[in-house]
Amino acid sequence: MFYREAGQFKSNYVSDAAIFPLREDRIGLGIVIAAAYALAFMGSDFLLQAVMIPFLVFSLASIGLNILTGYTGLLSLGTGAFMGVGAYACYKLMTAFPDVNVIVWIFVSGFFSAAIGALFGLPSLRIKGFYLAVATLAAQFFLQWCFIRIPWLVNYNVSGALDAPLRTFFGIPIIGATATPQTRYLLVLTIVILLTWLASNLVHGRIGRMWIAIRDMDLAAELMGIRPLQTKLLAFAVSSYYCGVAGALLVFLWYGGAEYDVFNINQSFFILFMVIIGGLGSLIGSFFGAALIFIMPIVLGIVLPALLSPFGISVGSDTIEHLRFMIVGALIIFFLIVEPHGLARLWQIGKQKLLVWPFPY
Amino acid sequence: MDILYKVFVEPFVFMGEAPDLLIQTLWEGLVSGVLYALIALGFVLIFKASGVFNFAQGIMVVFAALILVGLYEKGVPAFLALILAALAMLVLAVVVERVVLRPLVNQPDIILFMATFGLTYLLIGFGELIFGGNPREMITDALLLPQGTTEIDALGGSVRIQHLDVAAAVIASLMIGLLAVFFSKTRIGRALRAVADSHKAALSVGISLNQIWVIVWFAAGLVALVAGIMWGARSGVSFSLQIIALKALPVLILGGFTSIPGAIIGGLIIGVGEKLGEFYWGPLVGGGIETWLAYVIALLFLLYRPQGLFGEKIIERI
Repeated sequence: MFYREAGQFKSNYVSDAAIFPLREDRIGLGIVIAAAYALAFMGSDFLLQAVMIPFLVFSLASIGLNILTGYTGLLSLGTGAFMGVGAYACYKLMTAFPDVNVIVWIFVSGFFSAAIGALFGLPSLRIKGFYLAVATLAAQFFLQWCFIRIPWLVNYNVSGALDAPLRTFFGIPIIGATATPQTRYLLVLTIVILLTWLASNLVHGRIGRMWIAIRDMDLAAELMGIRPLQTKLLAFAVSSYYCGVAGALLVFLWYGGAEYDVFNINQSFFILFMVIIGGLGSLIGSFFGAALIFIMPIVLGIVLPALLSPFGISVGSDTIEHLRFMIVGALIIFFLIVEPHGLARLWQIGKQKLLVWPFPY
Repeated sequence: MDILYKVFVEPFVFMGEAPDLLIQTLWEGLVSGVLYALIALGFVLIFKASGVFNFAQGIMVVFAALILVGLYEKGVPAFLALILAALAMLVLAVVVERVVLRPLVNQPDIILFMATFGLTYLLIGFGELIFGGNPREMITDALLLPQGTTEIDALGGSVRIQHLDVAAAVIASLMIGLLAVFFSKTRIGRALRAVADSHKAALSVGISLNQIWVIVWFAAGLVALVAGIMWGARSGVSFSLQIIALKALPVLILGGFTSIPGAIIGGLIIGVGEKLGEFYWGPLVGGGIETWLAYVIALLFLLYRPQGLFGEKIIERI
């Protein structure tokens, strides 16, 4: 009723190629962004610090992996390590040039992980599918080993951990112990929106089509004149750039300091879950997946004790933890059976239904 | 030049000077190679028959071993517990086929891969709920596995051989032999090979895919049980054992996902390469290279043969 494409005519090529062709979609997006900014002033510190900031960071990392796995069809299990490269690069740059604004370094650190990502993407020219996934594990374990064994990366500090020194932006602390969750949330939100907009333009343009062609059939794409070497490496580089920025955000704007163990193999799997559950080859799916995979365990941790207590079952925190694992596992299987194409497909179906509502078709 | 000398000359000189150490390292590499191969075998069985990359193989190893040890602690005789654990793996196979595989037939590989992740989480939660998270001892004595070590004097030194390792190698070889006979001589084995070749053709000659899947998952469960006993005897039964599944992955890509001999030879190459690398070259870069060396070895092989050493040749058509 409120969501109709009737009467919205595409009168030029620009509007025909628009990513959000419907006025309602554009208004909806505007409302969501406005609400996200408003949340900074209305949400509690817990909500911002423990839910929203990590959700946005993981969304960004999922977008990165989605570019590689969803759009280009190259399965990667090295996401965690690429995030780590971004974080360590950001730390080195930040401490080596303390006068330059740290926001610049967050963006620049992504280029370091992009370079490393492209390097480890080289085998993708010969190796495909699960073979490639296992090959990217080499990146994961090798880089993690580097984080442990090269003390230069953490400026030879004894703890071997990254810490966030105080950095300000026009006098407001944005990184370090005194930065409020509010400022950090606003910064993360802005960076994520900016990069998502960029990714959206990338995947809808010529480059995105090249990636999709390679995904659908690389041999055919090659015959059509798409160079597999450049395209695949570009996908690795862009994907790692996003992961690197996400890693820098993760350490400096969420944890406020971290050890090498943050970037372990589980982190890689975690991001892969988000991408697959959210929907391969969909940017909005990355957000859905991050929301589901990250927020579901938090919600379960709160809901489960409340659900069980009326039955007189009082359970220890470790039992809750185990139940949580089981439920998360069962839900992953459930979602896959119900909709193997991810939450993004459900979203699409819902939108389609809404367009014709209240009529069946 | 100094670094070149250290990388290319010194380790070999050292090998020549102390052959007993070399043999000891080789032996340890071979044994861990056999154990890697056992885990890789579970992956290969399932991948061959259903095209599913079963990430849950690692947790199945832990789960099977936990059931065995848990039952024994409840007072069940060891060998009865062994049979019951095998039965539990059968139940698991049936449930997985009914609940996970059947609704997901014909989905892309990555979706099935993801589903086995869900299965992994489910089994971790379930296992910890029942057995608790504490590490346990494997019941080596009750299962009549030999213990102790023999020292053989050879080549101007002594080589230390653990009886358990010998038993592991023997049992693994037996297991592999049995599987080979099963695959080539029995009716079900032939059906399994038919399914591996082509699902559609197998269906058209009247082979039940569902049944075959239960059988391969059960076979993989049995392999997991054996792997669980062997690994458990070496390093205790705990949930951290499931990361050995990650150790089996380079073995898998080295040998090829679809080849049983590949899993074995890949396991031996990785096991020996890893131990030699760690012992002779590891100190040059500060040690701990075991975590990634296997992957790099596998990667180097893959650059020459993208389908692994024994994998089916990948033929692409447009």
